Amino acid sequence: MSELRQLPLWQSVKIGLLGGAVALYLCLIGMIEVFGRSDIIERVISLGQVLLLLSGLGAGYLAARRVGEPTDALTILSNGVVAGGITGGLLTGLVIIGSMVNLRAVFINASPALYTALTLGAGPNGAWIPLVGGAALGLLAALFYLLPPRVRQPLMNGLLGVLLAGLFAGLLRVILAARPGWSAELGRFLFASEGLTLAGASLFFILAGGLTLLWSQSQATVRERITRLPEAQRKTLRWTMLGLAVILILILPQVSGAFIAQVIVLVGIFALMGLGLNITLGMAGLFDLGFVAFFAISAYTVGLLTSTGEHGIAQWSWWAAAPVGVLLAMIAGAFFGLPVLGIRGDYLAIATLGFGEIVRLLVGSDFLRPWLGGSFGILAIPKPWIGNLELAGPQQIYYLAVFGAMLVAFVAVRLRDSRLGRAWMAIREDEDVAEALGVNLVQTKLLAYMLGGAFAGLGGAIFAALVGSIFPHSMNLLVSVNVVALLIVGGMGSIPGVIVGALALIGLPELFREFAEYRYLLYGVALIVMMLAKPEGLWPSAAIRRELHTEEINEVETNPDSSGAVPAS
Amino acid sequence: MAILTAKKVTKRFGGLVAVNALDFTLEKQAIASIIGPNGAGKTTFFNCITGFNQADEGEIIFDGVPIHRLRPDKISHLGISRTYQNIRLFPNMTALENIMVGLHAHLHATWIGAVVRTPATRAEEERAHEEARRLLRFVGLQGKGDVLARNLPYGDQRRLEIARALANKPKLLLLDEPTAGMNPTESEEMVAFIRRLRDELGITILLIEHHMRVVMSISERITVLDYGEKIAEGTPREIQTNPRVIEAYLGRGSAADIPEQAVRPSVSTLPASSAAG
Repeated sequence: MSELRQLPLWQSVKIGLLGGAVALYLCLIGMIEVFGRSDIIERVISLGQVLLLLSGLGAGYLAARRVGEPTDALTILSNGVVAGGITGGLLTGLVIIGSMVNLRAVFINASPALYTALTLGAGPNGAWIPLVGGAALGLLAALFYLLPPRVRQPLMNGLLGVLLAGLFAGLLRVILAARPGWSAELGRFLFASEGLTLAGASLFFILAGGLTLLWSQSQATVRERITRLPEAQRKTLRWTMLGLAVILILILPQVSGAFIAQVIVLVGIFALMGLGLNITLGMAGLFDLGFVAFFAISAYTVGLLTSTGEHGIAQWSWWAAAPVGVLLAMIAGAFFGLPVLGIRGDYLAIATLGFGEIVRLLVGSDFLRPWLGGSFGILAIPKPWIGNLELAGPQQIYYLAVFGAMLVAFVAVRLRDSRLGRAWMAIREDEDVAEALGVNLVQTKLLAYMLGGAFAGLGGAIFAALVGSIFPHSMNLLVSVNVVALLIVGGMGSIPGVIVGALALIGLPELFREFAEYRYLLYGVALIVMMLAKPEGLWPSAAIRRELHTEEINEVETNPDSSGAVPAS
Repeated sequence: MAILTAKKVTKRFGGLVAVNALDFTLEKQAIASIIGPNGAGKTTFFNCITGFNQADEGEIIFDGVPIHRLRPDKISHLGISRTYQNIRLFPNMTALENIMVGLHAHLHATWIGAVVRTPATRAEEERAHEEARRLLRFVGLQGKGDVLARNLPYGDQRRLEIARALANKPKLLLLDEPTAGMNPTESEEMVAFIRRLRDELGITILLIEHHMRVVMSISERITVLDYGEKIAEGTPREIQTNPRVIEAYLGRGSAADIPEQAVRPSVSTLPASSAAG
């Protein structure tokens, strides 16, 4: 039996079953049907079909890769066929069973329409179609695997480019159509009312594939040429790149339109909270599941101080109110920190969970309703002004969020590299030893809570300006959980990781709003896959990257002289 | 002159008396050891000195200051550093960063200074880096400053832990089994290194040790604990022949037939220790 398990064929069967399970799952939860309505390329292929194709292709490719290089092409191809065939075979089984027994009592999405889609319109009589189709896809994928990498990579990226362009077709079309003239023309050429036009798809394929090809050939020479440049010129190059990036950041919201700007503002706000939690959790190791409290306190402070509605108390400008909000969030950090100073680890998570809920319940309570508006919240929060310019919509608030996030990221980097940052990390690693080395635990922990709270507070202040009204239900536990999740996905303790995490967990789901029902399902699947495949995060801090992939590091560092050759500085 | 005095120190954990009315004196710039069977209360006594545990009764005076009610960080500021029985480095920080945490008490940068990076803060960081590199060289870890502590070999970790303790510029250094897990050659190197600490830096050293060869060769005075009580105190020669010590280690009735080799190797290294003292 154990020998059987070693056989490549057995592996391929397993991969095929896995691919089939994914495909069945996609079918039965209704994703294939819903996504069947959104075309990637108009009237050629829909997103639902792409998903089905991908499950077959993926199984074939994985099986081919598992068999690997040393075997001959025939074995690789046959394994691909087996894996793809089994993936398709499971769907064939679904069609056969579905046409005999009514599955809809359990799976409401197991409809005749689904079977028609799976059999390319043939219905129950064409039950063999998924099986054969799957085998063909497996063969195709195995063939693809046999291609040399310099052909495979551009092809893959070309297809990926088409897929991405197709996914965001609606968004891109609106952006292009907003400007009459050549831009609108280009939009009509590339995008149909649903998905890409055939011409657009070919263009994106050639573009993405061609660029990959070009880059793979010239990458080495470009690198070499840059390293050979004199220091002064390299400096100029660096500054030019930086300048270009800044210009891009500045003009982005004007080009992209309000929706993208709004998404980026949300990403910025969550990045601010992430940077805050990165200090308490990522650096100092103090778990906090009530992080939304700081966000809420600052948002409500700004709301109360600026609102022109019934709950407003001062009608200050945003610029005067925001620092007060940040300061109050900071003080709240100290207040929250004090009672939990002696609590460690898991217990801390639960204790802080309570804080977030207390704040949410307080602001929504009937008791405080005369001042905080209860569940009706605070309305009529005016927008910030810069001179005579009103930061009226997301396209203007964007600058506030982006520069706020950049400023805070800068502060976070400076803190990380300081005496305080080292003390935080020491507490994270071993609290007792840190204290024995002269680190004042009370002071250092409170500073972590306070500065983390201040960062989140800035996020809350910007949120108040963005939305113009604040409700208790915006301050729910899910916000705290999202911040923890984006930290984990980005890479605990890593400052660029926070930005990447916010883009991935906040930005992407916002962009996919049209698939609202499945958004959080995908989000959950993505989190699980992420934890299995890359537990240290998308952009881990150097230290953590080494911690979790020790085998790789040991290979790099087997020669101790090479690792120590860099002067310690 | 005594640098550390403990008077009637008692520490209980529930019903267990870990340290029982211990009187202890340590002379300035001495090298002394505390020995005793497992569970004798040696590490608990260390913990009482460094503030990890608070003594239930009695008092501990360091350099004229009563420290038995102080927090560990305050005690560290006064000039007591320690290492641990099972190495407790900050595993995910580099060797250099570990030492720089040790320098914490001697740095004064505030968080605002760190954010604006004032000239004073920058100069201080510069000095701290310089000092940390110097300490790396001092313990023979030059070139390994950027390696994560967890990736260092065992012996290097021991030395790094001492370097981190030295960063605090201690007057008194407590070493908890510094040669645990070392082979004889490494142990000898460690003994020589500990002597250097005292001779070159003038640090008073108190160690807990199980390797009798190390204890006998390095210590000027030895205190023996058993069940939390001091059962003997004296020079290595006195301790080796003390019947109560032999009894504590080997059990009642063993004093008569104590094997020769338990004594001999340490005797042979004794002259070296007296020369250093």
